[in-house]
Amino acid sequence: MMEPQHGDRPHLPGPSLYPIAFAAGVACILVGLIVSPLLIAPIGAGIAVFFGYLWARDATKEYRGVPEPIEPEGVEPGTPTAAPVPANVGEAATAEPEPGERFPRSRFLEASTLGLGAVIGGLITVPVIGFMVVPPFKGQGYPTVDLGPLENFPEGKWLITTFYERPQDGTVSRRTAYIRNNGLLNNEPSFTIIWNRCVHLGCPVQPNGPVQTNQKKVVRVAEGQQVSLTPALPAGGFGCPCHGGQYDPEGNRTAGPPVRALNRYEYSIVNGRLVLGQPYSVSHVDGTGKNAKIHAYKLAGPGMHVDGWEQIFYPVQPPH
Amino acid sequence: MAVAPTRTKKSARRQKMEAAVNYPLDWLEERSGLVGGLRYFLFRKVPGDTNWFHTLGSATLTAFLVQAITGVILAMYYKPDPNSAYQSVNHITNDLTLGWLVRGMHKWGASVFIILLFFHMARVFLFGAYKYPRELNWIVGVFLLVFGMLEGFTGYLLPWDQTAYWATVVGINLNGTAPILGPFLADFLRSGAEIGPDTLSRFYSLHMLLIPGAIFALIGLHLYLVVRLGVTSPPWSREAAGGLGAGADYEAQDGDGRVGLTQPTARSTFRRNGDE
Repeated sequence: MMEPQHGDRPHLPGPSLYPIAFAAGVACILVGLIVSPLLIAPIGAGIAVFFGYLWARDATKEYRGVPEPIEPEGVEPGTPTAAPVPANVGEAATAEPEPGERFPRSRFLEASTLGLGAVIGGLITVPVIGFMVVPPFKGQGYPTVDLGPLENFPEGKWLITTFYERPQDGTVSRRTAYIRNNGLLNNEPSFTIIWNRCVHLGCPVQPNGPVQTNQKKVVRVAEGQQVSLTPALPAGGFGCPCHGGQYDPEGNRTAGPPVRALNRYEYSIVNGRLVLGQPYSVSHVDGTGKNAKIHAYKLAGPGMHVDGWEQIFYPVQPPH
Repeated sequence: MAVAPTRTKKSARRQKMEAAVNYPLDWLEERSGLVGGLRYFLFRKVPGDTNWFHTLGSATLTAFLVQAITGVILAMYYKPDPNSAYQSVNHITNDLTLGWLVRGMHKWGASVFIILLFFHMARVFLFGAYKYPRELNWIVGVFLLVFGMLEGFTGYLLPWDQTAYWATVVGINLNGTAPILGPFLADFLRSGAEIGPDTLSRFYSLHMLLIPGAIFALIGLHLYLVVRLGVTSPPWSREAAGGLGAGADYEAQDGDGRVGLTQPTARSTFRRNGDE
């Protein structure tokens, strides 16, 4: 194939508005990802694809040439419509194609082979890639977990509480929370429930203080669900063994690399039992115990800022 | 290979044996050209002053092949399931004949592979062998380094002990802190919001199928470019500078008087090692 020679003729495409419309579509996608990933972003994608196609079509117009309409052959082969004429007498059956004018059959076959291959390849690849990529983002989330009757959580005592997030998944779903019963607040039980995952990079934080393993209690709450309760005295808060992150007993960061306070769990009291809800992120906590004012945010991964200017790095979280 | 004309006449027995050896090779060569191709690859001309540093690439390749072979055999006994992975690794190490050896080769060989990779990279950098026209091969090498690291990352989870689990938690969360797409990358790697039943088999698949496949393909490309562009002389090479080098083609020198280091066309001036 010959490269277009420079200097022969100007080969820049003429001015076009399509790139601008394409850019607008991309901008719409980016805005849509934050505002409404399900509505605005697809509209932006549609605009971008549509004008991207028109742009590509426009830009390659010069190289593609304009295909000639193909005459239908119409007549069945082998059914002569006129008396046979000797070859050296009659006119040529088809006119000689003028060079460069006709859309050659070989090019049509070449394009259709490549095009068909691309379609078949796409039909196979897209669902397979989808199978690889989509399941991690579907049906995720944190199921509620029944932790047993309130009597197991004496007022003012920290309990290292382990449980299965999804009992059917076995040991791999075992989680740990630090739970303290804060007593009654407005006649409702109040709990501090801190998730043990360090908000630096996700290692398990440990209580800075004695752990009374000899008083460990295991409660069989339901089929397959075992909750273990081990009293601890985290007078010095919590510390992470991996990179030295330190937190006070309310989970506020006091030292080390973490970027915010420890995550907490929502909870509810159902028929006198403590039920764990969704985890959420916390920038910091003012006050302590039941009088604490928790600055709560949607759950973010470890190492991610939920407040301050750095939060712009994490505009969207996967659906959890 | 040409037979030296001075050789005495071979015995009939020897001729028969040579024919028996050559027949299948000739058969293969006639139909595929593979014998000639392999001969070209192994006996191609390289600069006369190559040295031991030039063997680091082959050493890295050997280390990778050891990983591939021991990995395939370990996969015959390993069970990528959260409830049996740890026990199967214990079984390999403690119960199966020579399991401790093959697992040890794979475990320590992983470090050997990465160390040799860095030595090889340092050699290429310090010899200036990444310069024109070999930039593309440097880039391919960078991808090989990245995929080698990914092998390390995905393989580290497979013993499924406390170190493996928490190191992977940290590694995935590190990826997760990348701006914008980081959280999605982390969920993709974990196969969910948390490490769960699918994470181990996901890492296993990446570790033994996807990434090694990519590495094999890239090694093929890497070697093709090595053969096509030739081996570089060391920077102190007087031969490449046109100073000594019996039979050097002086017209092929560029302005710096450096032949071979930068010009692939000058390969024709190289001698076979020891072939004065």
